[in-house]
Formats: sequence, C-alpha cells, structure tokens
Amino acid sequence: MNGAATTVTDETETRSRSVADLPPLLINVVAFAIGIAIWWAITAAKLVVLPGPYEVLVRAGELIRNGQLFTDIFASLRRVLTGFALGVALAIPVGFLMGWYKVARALIEPYVQFFRMIPPLAVIPLAIVTMGIDEAPKIFVIFLASFLSCVVATYQGVISVDRTLINAARVLGARDGTIFARVVIPASVPFILVGVRIGLGSAWATVVAAELIAAQSGLGFRMQQAQLYYDLPTIFVSLITIGILGLLMDRLLQATERRLTQWQERAQ
Amino acid sequence: MTQGTQGMQPKISFQDVTRRFGDGESGFLALDRLNLDIADGEFVTVVGPSGCGKSTAMNIAAGLLDVTDGRVLVDGKGVAGPGPERGVIFQQYALFPWLTVRQNVEFGLRIKGMPAAERRRVSDHFIDLVGLKDFADALPKTLSGGMKQRCAIARAYAVNPTMLLMDEPFGALDALTRVNMQDQLLDTWSRERRTVIFITHDVDEAVYLANRVIVMASKPGRLHKIIPVDLPYPRTEAMRLSPEFAAIRNEVWHSVYHQKPQIEAKH
Repeated sequence: MNGAATTVTDETETRSRSVADLPPLLINVVAFAIGIAIWWAITAAKLVVLPGPYEVLVRAGELIRNGQLFTDIFASLRRVLTGFALGVALAIPVGFLMGWYKVARALIEPYVQFFRMIPPLAVIPLAIVTMGIDEAPKIFVIFLASFLSCVVATYQGVISVDRTLINAARVLGARDGTIFARVVIPASVPFILVGVRIGLGSAWATVVAAELIAAQSGLGFRMQQAQLYYDLPTIFVSLITIGILGLLMDRLLQATERRLTQWQERAQ
Repeated sequence: MTQGTQGMQPKISFQDVTRRFGDGESGFLALDRLNLDIADGEFVTVVGPSGCGKSTAMNIAAGLLDVTDGRVLVDGKGVAGPGPERGVIFQQYALFPWLTVRQNVEFGLRIKGMPAAERRRVSDHFIDLVGLKDFADALPKTLSGGMKQRCAIARAYAVNPTMLLMDEPFGALDALTRVNMQDQLLDTWSRERRTVIFITHDVDEAVYLANRVIVMASKPGRLHKIIPVDLPYPRTEAMRLSPEFAAIRNEVWHSVYHQKPQIEAKH
C-alpha cells in the first residue's frame, strides 16, 4: 500500500517502540507468521485431520517440479482472461451506449438488471447443455460475470459526468463527437476501472467454481480430483494458489487504476 | 433601450427575452421580457437577488439555454447554440481535471484544428497573461481556487472570443483572492479588450469592475435598473475607498436590497 511511508518510519529509530509504531507491512508479515504457527500447532497436535504447513509445502514442491501446478494455473488463467477480456470489451461500448442514449438505456437496462440477479454459476447447467463440455460454457459464464459487473459501472460513469464540463466543452466549440471522445470518456475512466476490478474479481471467483463443476483441467478441477482421492495437501496448494493469483491480479489492476486516474482529487 | 450606443450596432442585444421553466401552475417565469443592449468593449456587471434570472440570461446568451420568447442578437445575428465568439467562465471553474493547465488552455484550439506549434504559441501567451507560466504543466488538482479560475480565463481567452460571459466567477474565492482577481481581470481586460458580462452577488465587485451595473429583480426575473459607473479605468484601491465609489455603491445596494414592497414582504 504505502511502501514509501513504511521505509520512512523504519528509520526513525529514536522514537520509543510500541506495536503501533511498527510499519504496517511488518505487522502484516507477523500476522502471517502467527497464522502459519497456529496452523502448524493445530495440525501437529492432531486436533483436526488436516495437512500441516510442511506437508503442503512438500506437495507444492512436487506439483511445481512435475509441472502440474503450472498447467493448472495456465488453464485457469486462460479461461478467466479470455472470458474477462471479452466481457470488458463488450461492457464498455454497451455501457457508453446506455449512458449516452436514453433509448439504448431503456432498451438494455431491464435485461442487465435481470441477469445481474442470476448468479453466473446458475447458468452453467444451461451453458453445458447448449454449448457442450468444451471451453465454451466456462468462458461464456466468466464472460457473463465480468460483463455484468463492468457494464453497470461504465454506464454509471457516463451518466455522472459533470454537466458543467460538457457545457465548458460546448462553449469552446466542441460538438457531440468531440464531447464524447474528449470529455465523457476520460471523465468516466475512474468508474470503468472500478467496474473492471469488480469484474475481474467475479470472473476469478466464477472460473474456479465452474471448474469444480465441469472441467478437465485447471485449479478448480485439480481440487475436485484431489477430493476424490482424499488428497488434502493438493487441495490446500490449489486454494493458496487461487488466493495468491487473485490478489496479484487485483493489485496489478489497482496499480493501473492509480496511474490512469492520477488527475483525480483524492482525500488524503 | 440604447445607452450611449446610439448610431452603433450593439455587441449584444437582448430583445424581449423571456424564459419560462415548466408549464402551468408548477412552472415559473425565470426571465420576463429582458431588453438590454451592450456596446462593444463594454464591461457590464449584473447583480440581483436570487431568482432574478441573471444566470438564465447568461446561459441564454451563451447558447446553452433556449428562449421561450424574444431573441438575443450578437453582432446583429440571432444566437442559436454556443459560438466561438462568446467565451464562458463558470463559477465552478469547469477545468478538465485530466488535462494540464496548458492542455486545458489549448482545448478549444485543438477543436478549431490549429496546428501544434501555433497552439503552443497562443497558449504560452495566455498562460503568461494570467500569470500561470510556472504551472503550465500542472494538473488542476494542484492549483488553488484562484489559479484554477485564472486558467479558466486563459482557456476562454485563447479561442479569441469577442465577448466574455462570466457567471459569478469569483464567487467561490476568499475575499483577498477575490480583490486580486478583480484587479487582474481588469488588467487583462484593458490589455485584451473584450465585451464582458459579469454576474455577481457582490455589490462592491459589481461597482468596481463595471462601466454599467445592471440591477435585476426577482419573481418574475426582470431588469430593474441600470446604474452607470462614471469612474475612469484603471480602477485603483484609492478609487475603491473614495466617496464617489461609496455613492454609487449605495445606489446599487439600495436598488438590490430594497426593490419592491411585495418582495420585502416575502422575506
């Protein structure tokens, strides 16, 4: 988060040290270590029948060495990115259309609101029946999930563009096309990026669930297989991988968002 | 009405300009038959209580609002929509926050299709004119309110309008910045002469800046009184504190705050 601020406080040795003075990142690491210690203690004491951290680490090593983990990651990421890219690519123009033209809004909005109420996973049975058990139904469901969350954000962005900015452009001689390209699009970028982030989150959640239900590869599929053989360490490795990848993608988007919206006035 | 513009075509002419919002019982008359001529190069300020239709009149002149009745002529031609000869400055600055000061100033020039080198020359000139040379590449979020408004003024000037319409441009600024901005605006105006219509709710400001103060009345919004300010330019601090200034100020104050018994009764 604020890595720069962290290093600054690190150097102020003169102050009396209390827990509150520690840099947040260090506290994060401590929390993480405590969590692993508790996990280790519980499993070592055989309080629950779960694999311990060491066992999981060993399994992760095996899965990395035999390439299995990367095959799974690749399969899941490919689905998510394809579906997500298609969803966003359609959501942005449709969102603009809905925000800019009242007729388009009235035509499209009921459908968007209706489909938003259906969890994308509930579409899977129908998608499998109509599209087969290939990649298509999974990608379609991810596409749907990311499209729906992104289209609403884009449309909200367009309708909340400050009227004064549009008037300012008009009195400087801008016509509709220019206003759209030079005012409406840049002004709605922050909203769109929030939608993209939400879309990626729901796409990632959807892919794993979709793979649990119907797939021959991917992190969700691996867990489903492991479940059949009571292979708990593999389930743990997959779960942790899903968490880490989700976090990485979100941070990446957040960094992009910061760069693209540097001009925004933010509360400090 | 022709005040000192006999024989010359007025720069802008409001003729029976009427604007009604909504219809029937819930509708109201924002502006009732406004007749006003403003000469080329004149600096006119408009004051009046809220609901007197001053912003409505300005938006109509800017081409951002249609008339219900009557017409507005600029250089003898009817107004239909915004035009490059009329620059507008908004109270909320309305700078494009994703563009730097220079890009904001060049916005209208790009639309005109001016080549980059010439754009640069024009924006340099106007950024310098409003004293923002050191901030040309800054984003609006880093500027103070006064600097933002100066940037907006430079942006309006850059497209070379023959007239400036300013809707309470200094309304959001603190008193000190305001006085500075008034002097700077007059300085800019004396060097790059334009016709200015300047809306304000500050009586001092109205008198200090104007050739003529237009006082409006509300319910319905209409012209109330025109008060000429016979003080020479450049206006100075000494002038601001002079008895002549005080006399005009009193007259404007009186006609703004003591208009009609029916309005007083409403308060």
